Amino acid sequence: MKRERLKEAFERKKRFKSKLKTYREKPIPEKTPDVPKGLYEKCNGCKTPVVVKELIQNRFVCPSCGNHFRVRAVDRIAITVDEGSFVEKGLGYITLNPLFQDHYEQKISEYKKKTNLDEAYVYGYAEIETQPCVFGVLDSYFMMGSMGSVVGEKVVKSVEYAMVKRLPLVLFIASGGARMQEGIFSLMQMAKTSGAIQKLHQQGLLYISVLTHPTTGGVSASFASLGDIILAEPKALIGFAGPRVIKQTIKQSLPEGFQTAEFLQDKGMVDKVVHRHEMKTTLSKLLSMHAKGGRA
Amino acid sequence: MNILDKEKKLEALEKELSRLDDEDSIQDIRIKIEDYKRRAMRNLTAWDRVLLARHKKRPTAKDVIDNVFNDFIELHGDRNYGDDKAIIGGIGKIGGHVVTVIGEQKGKTTEENIQCNFAMPHPEGYRKALRLMRQAQKFNRPIVTLIDTPGAFPGIGAEARGQSEAIAKNLYEMSQFGVPILAVIIGEGGSGGALAIGMGNQVFMLENSIYSILSPEGYASILWKDSSLAEEAAESMKLTSYDLKELDIIDAIIPEPVGGAHREPPKVYRAIQSTLIQALAYYDQQSPYEIKTGRYAKYRNIGFFQRFNYDNLKGVVK
Ligand SMILES: [Zn+2]
Repeated sequence: MKRERLKEAFERKKRFKSKLKTYREKPIPEKTPDVPKGLYEKCNGCKTPVVVKELIQNRFVCPSCGNHFRVRAVDRIAITVDEGSFVEKGLGYITLNPLFQDHYEQKISEYKKKTNLDEAYVYGYAEIETQPCVFGVLDSYFMMGSMGSVVGEKVVKSVEYAMVKRLPLVLFIASGGARMQEGIFSLMQMAKTSGAIQKLHQQGLLYISVLTHPTTGGVSASFASLGDIILAEPKALIGFAGPRVIKQTIKQSLPEGFQTAEFLQDKGMVDKVVHRHEMKTTLSKLLSMHAKGGRA
Repeated sequence: MNILDKEKKLEALEKELSRLDDEDSIQDIRIKIEDYKRRAMRNLTAWDRVLLARHKKRPTAKDVIDNVFNDFIELHGDRNYGDDKAIIGGIGKIGGHVVTVIGEQKGKTTEENIQCNFAMPHPEGYRKALRLMRQAQKFNRPIVTLIDTPGAFPGIGAEARGQSEAIAKNLYEMSQFGVPILAVIIGEGGSGGALAIGMGNQVFMLENSIYSILSPEGYASILWKDSSLAEEAAESMKLTSYDLKELDIIDAIIPEPVGGAHREPPKVYRAIQSTLIQALAYYDQQSPYEIKTGRYAKYRNIGFFQRFNYDNLKGVVK
């Protein structure tokens, strides 16, 4: 009797999961980087067009000047974790419109279609050169990777998932900050996510945050800056206030290289600036160094 | 006609009152004033409250500290870089409790404002606050914070010294203190700069204070590309105490006299005092573990979204 009930529950769970999968119109492609549609993409570093195929092969780094292109969550997963190891968690969240802002829902659904994501944050289980971890990515193509209620909740969920599985957490940050349209709720996500990281810390688990272009505002002033180890991609813009706001406030021009990853490393705010080509190896080394000593 | 114009009119009436000396006309004017207060000074718009929250004469953190706490001793500096005048802190007494008090300080004159940087803290300010909060944790003292800031300061030095890290670290640490944190928003609660000392077990707001993700001007210019729409932005942002109480972001509203806190400060001080004493008595009954987990649960559950469950999934997916 009991066994039958269990079986039934198991079946129901299976059905539920399969339905969740069908909810997404198209599943996230595992390895089909799809950033640029044309044959050429203009590089912001050297202002020359780059052949898209070369760009993809070069992990979205400009072959001539080394400029790191912004990367979509899908591509980030593809270039960072072992092929086929990523299993997405935390599906089925719906963004609401707490302040009844005009056009917000419409905007969200547009971005959903454009990026094929539910929200600006994706997380799941992954392996980096066989090192298991919980892997989360903010996608700056989805409303500048801004943090609203859903992103905050999913970040906390990924932290909780890491705690349950006793796995290290690796987050790739790319965010313009708080989601203004969600007002005070998005501000509160800063407290919520920072509190979750504190819990992770108390359990002795490793948290590596990787700051990519751009990392600013409420995300930078919460979980992004709380990594045990903070890595950054070269030339990424990292800061609390945006350069334009600072310029307006102090009415001075800003020094060369201000708020770049290198600047922050120099000021002691970032552990290491890591080139995208070395990112995977660096992460796997760090993860393996913590695999024994840590409780993971 | 916004609240400041109305205030001017009220002040003109009051001036008239002080000039008069015959009984009858004094009585007349008094009735007129009361009538005006009742008719025009209540039912404020969100923008009115923004103006009151930023009012030049509004009691500052220092005023509140001097009038609500006894024997306050100010403690300076973050023991690392310097002393940020935008955040003041120290130890004081209230109703038999010894508490750590931290407040964001605005000036009343331009000179004072330059000194305390218009209450816009630098990283060392937040680190000073954190140092004092850790001290409070060590000696098992409750923490009271008084929030009144347009936001964290956007500047070169602030970025170089790690504004982001300072705010994040405060949130990170505040989530695990075993002593109660009581946050009172007394004026402007501006974004991360306010939250960095505002992650309280309970958050109170003075009736005419505001709490928001950014200023209405900033909101209008970012979302609508027109900063002159600040009034409309204030209405739609849900930044008043009443809106935030309804959204369950804050725990209680501390009433203000008609026309704003600056018109009768002693009344406001008494209200703040009794609210704090009541809350402190409540947390006296709780263990550090309960206080910590209570605070964690409060912030863990804030969010406005939906997630499919098995039942409502059926309707959406064929
Ligand atoms: Zn280039």
